[in-house]
Amino acid sequence: MNNPLLMTILAMWLSLSTAYAIESVEPLADPRQQDLYERLTEEVRCLVCQNQTIGDSNAPLAADLRREVYEMVAAGQSEQDIKTFLTDRYGDFVLYKPRYGGPAALLWVAPILLLILGGFVMWRIIRRRMALPVNLFDESVDDASGPHEGAGD
Amino acid sequence: MNRFIVPIIGFAVLVVFLLIGLNRDPTFVPSPLIGKQMPAFSLPKLDEPDRMVSDDDMRGQFSVLNVWATWCGGCRQEHPVLNRIAEQGNVPIYGLNWKDDAQMAGEWLRRLGDPYTATAFDEEGRVAIDWGVYGAPETFLVAPDGTILYRHISPMTMEVWENEFVARITAAGGEGR
Repeated sequence: MNNPLLMTILAMWLSLSTAYAIESVEPLADPRQQDLYERLTEEVRCLVCQNQTIGDSNAPLAADLRREVYEMVAAGQSEQDIKTFLTDRYGDFVLYKPRYGGPAALLWVAPILLLILGGFVMWRIIRRRMALPVNLFDESVDDASGPHEGAGD
Repeated sequence: MNRFIVPIIGFAVLVVFLLIGLNRDPTFVPSPLIGKQMPAFSLPKLDEPDRMVSDDDMRGQFSVLNVWATWCGGCRQEHPVLNRIAEQGNVPIYGLNWKDDAQMAGEWLRRLGDPYTATAFDEEGRVAIDWGVYGAPETFLVAPDGTILYRHISPMTMEVWENEFVARITAAGGEGR
C-alpha cells in the first residue's frame, strides 16, 4: 500500500465513485428555483446517515427527501415553507444550521457570552499587571525585595 | 493551591458534559410529533390494493402504528413480539409497509404470521415522511383522539411494550393488557 502510483489511482477512483453516487434530476426551469433546490439539499441532514446532507447521501430516505424538496421548490414554495415542512416532521436536527430559538438559542448565544467572559478575565489580568511596578520584569534592576529574592542572582 | 481551583472546576464540568455525551445514543432523534395529532394518511391495503387504510381507522381506541419492511433486519427480529402483542388483543397494531415490494411483504406475513389489523402499503415513502420516519422499525402509540403519545425506535421488545406502551395507555385510563 505504499506504492504512490497505486494510491493516486485509488484516490482518483474513489473520488469518481462519489461523483456518480447521486442520481441526477432534471434541473428546474427557473434558475433561482434550481439554486434554492441545490442549497437546500446541502443544508438538510440525511437522518439515516446523520453526517451527510441529503445531497451527499444515496440512502433511500435521502432520495425521498430530495424528491419532496424538489417538488416543493417546483411548486413555488419558499425556503421558509420547506424548512418548516421538514422541521415539523423531523425536528430542528434535520437542518445543519439550526434556527435560533429553543434549546438551540444556547448554541447561538454561547460564543458571545464566552467572548464577553474572556474579555472580562483579560481586563482583570491587565489591570492587575498594570498595578505592579513597571520595572518588575526588568532584569537589570536588582530589587532585593522583589520576586527574585532567593533566586540566586 | 488556590490557582488550581478554577482549572479543576473547569475540567470537572467538561468531564460531566463528556460523560453525558458518551451515554447518549447519537442515532436517536426525538420526534416533534409527540403530543400532536397524527398526520392524516390514506393508503392502499397491502393485501387488497383496491381498499384503503387511513388514520380514521386508527381513531376511537388506543392503537399502534408499526413501520416495517422486508429489507429491515430489526423488523424480522421484532416480528414474534408483535405477534404476541396481537394475540393479547387489546391494542390493534396497524402496519406501515415502507418502501417495500408488495409481493415480498405479503409472503413475509404469510410465513411469519400477520399481527396487523391492517397494513398500509407506502411504496413511495410519502406517508413515512409525514410521520417523521427515518428508519425501520419504528413504532408509534396513538391515543383514541389521534394524539401521538410515544414513538419507539428500534425493534419492539416485551419490556418496551410493557414499560413504554402499556404504561402510557394505563396512565391515560385505557386497557393495554
